[in-house]
Amino acid sequence: MEYFVIIIGSIFVSNIVLNQFLGICPFVGVSGKISTSVGMGGAVLFVLTIATMVTWIIQYYVLNPLGLGFMQTIVFILVIASLVQMVEIILKKISPSLFQALGVFLPLITTNCAVLGVAILTIQKDFNLMEGVVYAIANAIGFTLAIVLFAGIREHLDLMEVPKQMRGVPIALVVAGILALAFMGFTGLV
Amino acid sequence: MNQIKNFTKGFIKENPVFILLLGLCPTLGVTTSAFNGLGMGLATTFVLVMSNLVVSLVKDFIPDKVRIPSFIVIIASFVTIVELTMQAYTPALFDALGLFIPLIVVNCIVLGRAEAFASKNNVGSSIIDGLGMGLGFAFALTLLGGVREFLGSGAIFGFNLIEGDLMLVFVLAPGAFIALGYLIAIINRFKKA
Repeated sequence: MEYFVIIIGSIFVSNIVLNQFLGICPFVGVSGKISTSVGMGGAVLFVLTIATMVTWIIQYYVLNPLGLGFMQTIVFILVIASLVQMVEIILKKISPSLFQALGVFLPLITTNCAVLGVAILTIQKDFNLMEGVVYAIANAIGFTLAIVLFAGIREHLDLMEVPKQMRGVPIALVVAGILALAFMGFTGLV
Repeated sequence: MNQIKNFTKGFIKENPVFILLLGLCPTLGVTTSAFNGLGMGLATTFVLVMSNLVVSLVKDFIPDKVRIPSFIVIIASFVTIVELTMQAYTPALFDALGLFIPLIVVNCIVLGRAEAFASKNNVGSSIIDGLGMGLGFAFALTLLGGVREFLGSGAIFGFNLIEGDLMLVFVLAPGAFIALGYLIAIINRFKKA
């Protein structure tokens, strides 16, 4: 039951992108086509889950016993940065086509605030390891849902006649706002 | 003359938020009021200036291959300083900004300036670049925060200008996207003219 609340809560009610404003850069940057946004969602799912797991273990088995809680930000970002490098190397070997599609955005996952944000939130919310992993997966699914929906809308938007000043990012942000408005309908679900 | 240009480019011509579209997460996340926007902007400015300063000092000693990780460690150290200082002296602002203070470390502007400017220039112009970019960021956040606060509650910096609730949606999440979208469109309009 508790897991169910975490899952529904993070995917719909407080969606990581549309409600908590984490991971906006890839949300705006790689949402041109549905296929790339699915790939980005997959990469985030992978990195986010592993990163949350590793940072949770480090927080409770290294930082807390040594009284180094204030080092959290520095340690977490280093762990995430090295994890992303690893994922990059593995992906290059296993699936070159996906690697090609994600291109420049894979290293940018390091500076994707969603990853560090979820890692810190997991600690702040006092989740145990299992809850933390569920929370991370649910948030990654929420991210993928938002970015794929958004990419779908943007594909149609390309065919529309948009005023010159609104073309590109401005109209995309307004559309994201309307999408966020729709997600507000889930408020109070859990 | 050159240094003045270096300082002022961050405000309009290369404004990190409106033109370069960097650091959108904190921009959207904390700008529920002009005051929060200003606080976040100044915290980021401090990190930006200090990290630019240190990066330009140590740039000759860092091997090229570990450049980015070293920059991240430098930035994260200053973020931790800001975090602890704000927790001690401005607890209300610290609570309002919440998660977005540790997230300064992944703000693309900070790493972007360290990589694109501070690692290639001397100490003096790196500090000025950091200050200009940081204040440009603070300006953008305060502007967006002011617009949202005014449209949402009829106040600016907590001073009530119009009584009663206006468009509450602008203080909530969707309003952030919509307000920023229109602000960028307006700036595009003037950029072209």
